[in-house]
Amino acid sequence: MATSETKIKQTGAGIDPATGEFLVLGKGQTFRSVTRKISGIVLTPHTPLGWFALFGIGGAVATFLLVAVTWLFLVGTGIWAITQPVAWGFAIINFVWWIGIGHAGTLISAILLLFKQGWRNSINRFAEAMTIFAVVCAGMFPLLHVGRPWLGYWLLPYPSTMNVWPQFRSPLLWDVFAVSTYATISVVFWYIGMIPDFGTMRDRAESKFAQYVYGLLSVGWRGSARHWMRYETASLLLAGLATPLVLSVHTVISFDFAVAVLPGWHTTIFPPYFVAGAIYSGFAMVLTLAIPLRKYYGLDQLVTERHIDNMGKVMLATGGIVAYGYGMEVFMAWYSASHWEAFMMWNRMFGPMGWSYWVLIACNIVIPLSTLWWRKLRTNIGFMFFISLVVNIGMWFERFVIVVTSLYRDFLPSSWGTYRATKWDYMTYVGTLGLFTALFMLFVRFLPMIPMSEIKMMLPAAKIKPKAVEAAD
Amino acid sequence: MAQREGTYGLLAEFDTPSDLVRAATQARIDGWRRMDCYTPYPVEEAAEAIGFHRNKVPLLTLIGGLMGLAAMFSLETWISVLAYPLNIGGRPTYSWPAFIVPAYEWTILFAGLSAAFGMLALNGLPSLYHPLFNAPNFRDGATTDKFFLCLEALDPKFDVKEARTYLESFHPTSVVEVEY
Repeated sequence: MATSETKIKQTGAGIDPATGEFLVLGKGQTFRSVTRKISGIVLTPHTPLGWFALFGIGGAVATFLLVAVTWLFLVGTGIWAITQPVAWGFAIINFVWWIGIGHAGTLISAILLLFKQGWRNSINRFAEAMTIFAVVCAGMFPLLHVGRPWLGYWLLPYPSTMNVWPQFRSPLLWDVFAVSTYATISVVFWYIGMIPDFGTMRDRAESKFAQYVYGLLSVGWRGSARHWMRYETASLLLAGLATPLVLSVHTVISFDFAVAVLPGWHTTIFPPYFVAGAIYSGFAMVLTLAIPLRKYYGLDQLVTERHIDNMGKVMLATGGIVAYGYGMEVFMAWYSASHWEAFMMWNRMFGPMGWSYWVLIACNIVIPLSTLWWRKLRTNIGFMFFISLVVNIGMWFERFVIVVTSLYRDFLPSSWGTYRATKWDYMTYVGTLGLFTALFMLFVRFLPMIPMSEIKMMLPAAKIKPKAVEAAD
Repeated sequence: MAQREGTYGLLAEFDTPSDLVRAATQARIDGWRRMDCYTPYPVEEAAEAIGFHRNKVPLLTLIGGLMGLAAMFSLETWISVLAYPLNIGGRPTYSWPAFIVPAYEWTILFAGLSAAFGMLALNGLPSLYHPLFNAPNFRDGATTDKFFLCLEALDPKFDVKEARTYLESFHPTSVVEVEY
């Protein structure tokens, strides 16, 4: 009793007195206030100055990508640091990092929908947008890495005059299908989810142009009960399909490594450990985006402490799985009694690039997993923003460690080498961060970033009173 | 072909979902069939009330998924066994376990596209024009915070005057006649 009372006193209005949990939505919201708040961000003719600043910075940084890719097209992948023995460098690290970030969006929109986690409704739209932009950034890297990107269509099975067909036993080809399916389904899921909101935008827009554009995008949505039921079924089915899809995508990506007969890669723990890591980094990225957005656009009644708290819990769980993965790698290096495995692990920890392993351990395990246990810290917005950045960095280093430290000292000491990324590597990577920011800012400005119809379902006014309905019989 | 002139139907506006569901349930009991509810978010009870229980989206999704599975698996088999057999370390050309992954992805791809586009097709969307958009209060409310019940003129019971009196017995905010 005493503890629940103090809890309420401590944090005040945002707490549900019945459960002691944070409210999913702030009090006093109505259908109209929710609509006005969310559609107003898009329909206002006044673009905030801060938006221009962020979009400008994102766009400026994205030009690095343009320059780096142009030079790459002219000169070839030799401008990157990839060579023997480290043939997979930044391109694969960044590919895996970006696609992993995307996975949280699908997890939030699909898996949490299946688990009936109503709190996800506030954050699913921009988490899905994050997925799509992350996949855009991710997809670029393998395509550039093939060396002659303009021949990228050779990856697809099509009847060519060369009479050559792809090799379907290779995980690299599986990747083509996994990632292209993932991108397509994510875009479709995202768009279908926005159709009713486009209808709302069409009806709220004041300018003729906006009415036309949102009218076209809404495909004439009018909210018929029959339409809604089919729509709900389709959403549920898409969620049910996206769930195995998201698990398969990172599994297939981990096969790229696990199928190779190389110490540090050739292990069966990779699929689950990659998927957990993907969700871990993805939730970190959702927090990185959500915390400034809710503050800047005053959405703290819709994205509440409850969301931040729950995301912290998911990170704690997935971080725990990742930690188990790291532990198992070390254990197997010893238990396998393989000389090569043991050396790889020792080299990974204490070799010339050992620092990267300890950065990863600090960022992914020590800092988050020692702090996220406390609800006080999980609901401390500034701290969660910090943690989200730490985990993003840590997960990037995880991929760096897996790719580079497994490769640079292989079986023959005479072929040992090292890896030092070039400025072109950095420019490409930083450029995708800029591209991601710029795309995300465009999304925030022109599309409804919180699903209005789904928020409305959760408002108290949406409850059907059984008595009122029965009275008619 | 439905008639394209005159009255489309009568549109009653309600403030709460409960009022709408009560009216729709009663209308169904009283023998109305050509009617629909319009809500800003999915109200399952409204669909139940107008007697709409099942839809064909799951069937379409299943068919789409099976088609994707069959298409990719046979493509892989044809390529690996007939069109371009590769002998890699003497492994069999029909190495079906390796074919599962792309076939699995295409199952999901085709099923997902069928669910999304099948839903739109069954809903008759895109259709950028609909008579209801002519109703003055529909645009402001239907996608924001109002709940509508429309009795359509195609219903054999429909008579403008009687239907209006009938709808008004539910105390809606307004009853509007909608033209084509």
